[in-house]
Amino acid sequence: MLGALIIVFREVIEAGLIVGIVLAVTKGIHGRGRWITAGVAGGIAGAALLAIFADALANALAGVGQEIFNASVLGLAVCMLAWHNIWMARHGREMAAELRDAGLAVKNGSRSLAALAIVVGVAVLREGSEIVLFLYGLVISGGSSALGLLAGSALGLVLGCAVSALTFFGLVTIPPKHLFRVTTTLITFLAAGLAAQSVLFLQQAGLITQLQATAWDSSAILSDTSLFGRLLHTLIGYSDQPSQMQVLVYSVTLAAIFTLTKVLEPGKPCAATVAHKAA
Amino acid sequence: MRMTTRDRLKTVSCLLAAVLAIAPASAWAETLQMSLQNHKFHPAEVAVPANQPLTIEITNLDATPAEFESKTLRVEKVVAAHAKISVQIRPLPPGRYRFFDDYNEDTTEGFLVVK
Repeated sequence: MLGALIIVFREVIEAGLIVGIVLAVTKGIHGRGRWITAGVAGGIAGAALLAIFADALANALAGVGQEIFNASVLGLAVCMLAWHNIWMARHGREMAAELRDAGLAVKNGSRSLAALAIVVGVAVLREGSEIVLFLYGLVISGGSSALGLLAGSALGLVLGCAVSALTFFGLVTIPPKHLFRVTTTLITFLAAGLAAQSVLFLQQAGLITQLQATAWDSSAILSDTSLFGRLLHTLIGYSDQPSQMQVLVYSVTLAAIFTLTKVLEPGKPCAATVAHKAA
Repeated sequence: MRMTTRDRLKTVSCLLAAVLAIAPASAWAETLQMSLQNHKFHPAEVAVPANQPLTIEITNLDATPAEFESKTLRVEKVVAAHAKISVQIRPLPPGRYRFFDDYNEDTTEGFLVVK
């Protein structure tokens, strides 16, 4: 039962934190519930499929299918998060001003919502497939009773959701004026963390062989398997023994998204806004 | 100078080609065979030479899925029931590296001793 609790809790937190952030980011955008639900539902369906075809996936592409898949899914999430940030930097102000105009807000918001729904979907997909595989293993091995398994998983799910909800409520207590800046920063770090994780899979597959040495070891100070370490791992990509390439990719992603968000942020109503209004 | 879309595509495809060209060139010197049976790694402890890349192949003889994972080796890969996977390990400095089945971490672990 404890095993089920721990694993489910761990995976739910990882996906839940991302859902929590996305919910905070999209606060006030019409139709977000539908998109995010679609993301979660799609992720769960995908997770079940992924678990069923785990073997085929692992054997695909000369045995590195699993790594390529994981790296691609993470890469997709990074792109979507980056795109959301940049898009929001360009249109956030305009959206806030016109939010009362429901029709336009839906139209504007749903572009970015689609990107975020994909992010939610892939987060649930990755963590969910771990849960499915793990529970499947427990069921077949018959080591623990079905009731204990169910109880442990349910408790893990509840606790994981609670931690994610705390993140969400913590975020939405931030005054709306600052919320945008905070979530933009969070998303940038989140994206950089995911990019660094995708490097790990490419290195494990032997597709990236450069800069594989460990950059530092801070496991004695803060292990990334501890609860707080795991939270930081999900939120900002903290790793206690990253490879040099991971650190490099992390930094480059961080710098790239920050720069693009800054550069593309209109200082004053720009041509794009005017053109958009005219249309 | 402005890059056209075509130029960008060219740059991207060149980079991709470079990455793909590098990959097969890296020869993985040694392959280590390992199996999982009754939630135990066989062998549970292996000595390997330092500073050499290594391929580990794991065959899961159990009817349950496992996830071969190691923090220090930086690997994490699902091994379905009765399936076989392989992972590439970077050249390692000497030390004792722990690996485990993430789904049964308490009972299923092993060590790679790098000398």
